Amino acid sequence: MRLIKENLTLSSLSLSCSHDSRFHPRPLPRSVALALPRARLTMAGLGASITEADLDHPNIEEYLTAESIKEAPKRLHLRDLIDISPTLKEAAGAIVDDSFTRCFKSNFPEPWNWNIYLFPSWCLGVVIRYGILFPLRVVILALGWIVFFAAFLPVHFLLAGHNKWKRKVERKLVEMMCGVFVASWTGVVKYHGPRPSMRPQQVFVANHTSMIDFIILEQMTPFAVIMQKHPGWVGFIQKTILESLGCIWFNRTEAKDREVVARKLREHTQGADNNPLLIFPEGTCVNNQYTVMFKKGAFELGCAVCPIAIKYNKIFVDAFWNSKKQSFTMHLVRLMTSWAVVCDVWYLEPQYLRRGETPIEFAERVRDMIAARAGLKKVPWDGYLKYFRPSPKLTEKKQQIFAESVLERLDK
Amino acid sequence: MGNASSMLTQYDIEEVQEHCNYLCESSAVSQQEIVALYERFCQLDRSANGFISADEFLSIPEFSLNPLSQRLLKMVDGLNFTDFVAFLSAFSPKASIQHKIESIFRVHDIDGKGRVTLKDLLEVLRDLTGSFMSEEQRKVLCTPCSFNFFCHF
Repeated sequence: MRLIKENLTLSSLSLSCSHDSRFHPRPLPRSVALALPRARLTMAGLGASITEADLDHPNIEEYLTAESIKEAPKRLHLRDLIDISPTLKEAAGAIVDDSFTRCFKSNFPEPWNWNIYLFPSWCLGVVIRYGILFPLRVVILALGWIVFFAAFLPVHFLLAGHNKWKRKVERKLVEMMCGVFVASWTGVVKYHGPRPSMRPQQVFVANHTSMIDFIILEQMTPFAVIMQKHPGWVGFIQKTILESLGCIWFNRTEAKDREVVARKLREHTQGADNNPLLIFPEGTCVNNQYTVMFKKGAFELGCAVCPIAIKYNKIFVDAFWNSKKQSFTMHLVRLMTSWAVVCDVWYLEPQYLRRGETPIEFAERVRDMIAARAGLKKVPWDGYLKYFRPSPKLTEKKQQIFAESVLERLDK
Repeated sequence: MGNASSMLTQYDIEEVQEHCNYLCESSAVSQQEIVALYERFCQLDRSANGFISADEFLSIPEFSLNPLSQRLLKMVDGLNFTDFVAFLSAFSPKASIQHKIESIFRVHDIDGKGRVTLKDLLEVLRDLTGSFMSEEQRKVLCTPCSFNFFCHF
């Protein structure tokens, strides 16, 4: 929504104002001179120019600097205190549209069945998808699970210890199972770039849209992933199968968890025999049109970072998993009742921390690469703001800017 | 979109528009804007109650960061759609000056007593400056502002 700036002069106001006789004008101290006849209350800030482009390319530096403070005249005028319109404008702008909520919006495709001849074909499509494809896919999935468990359980329990052969078989089985999953949604996945190699001292990072990202990548390479512990059948699979791959668990809600996880990550990358580590630095599922800020944990391990960009084609289904709206089971059902899941995976060039670069800068650089490759827009928000409130330090920074600008003119 | 009926009828739109016109004595919100705002309202009202709770407002990080967010929350908490549009209509370029000033006045006069006192100015300044200005400095700034500018509404 576009709103335009406006100005007004005080003279038009005074006609509609009635003075309250209780308040008598007092002599003004020299330090705060109010040029009463010439004072203008500018409403400049009250209208705003909020363009789509601004919201899609916000820069946190822009946001936190003195945008809300106008060019300071030498003296402090009353309007600078009473005119809170810049701050109000920002608040109203945030209510009307904000770049953070956009990242998690499921965009439903335009319905195309609104015509007298399109509607029957859509109905036919529904019948085929729900009546024929879905049961077929469920059967394939069930068979896949049976074969998997029939092979996995004996190997897992009978071959005790860290047998190299055992691990190889388990990896192959998991790859096969992921392949079955992808087949159950008729996944059309195109891989670009060199296949990840099993080398020590490397981590893989990718943008995150849904838990199926892991399945799609796992189909090609036996990654060890770090993920949030889930309840239900997903948790059960995590505990039994994925542990054998060397996966690491974390808990968002535990504060001390971070150090423990950082240590586990480091240990994993040192081990030569471990599966390559896959990390989703966004920390949460985003709707595949935007990327939120990457957490620096993956970038301060002192090893090569290989970016992977994943882009889903929404042509048949939107693969974004809105974990607040749907359980993973419902998400899978939705995928299985669509025609296909189409996506592209790009394996990008391994990156190293440059001299003089901080891990945060490194993370931003890799995010730039992934966003450019997958055609995603960058947003300066931390994904965890989905679950937690922003730190009060950011508000304090704005307060500091305002206070300093007022105080510096007070002394003049 | 929540489970609440996300279909606005023409009657609903006209009702909301009339309400806003009555409040600000000019047609500040167009029908298209009302439809767009309704989509946003449904997006924010996740629990589909028909109003947006304070918690749902605070889930917008940009709003949470705003120094005046707590004051504004008192004004916008629990607003239904009509009041939501009325609140935002003050920010439209077509809104009258009177309406805009009323809006600023209401933010200062948060307890709705019809007057802005020195205490209100101090509180707003406190929200805007936080711990970066001492109480004495704020008093020095506010005290000379005798209320020639703020009027009874």
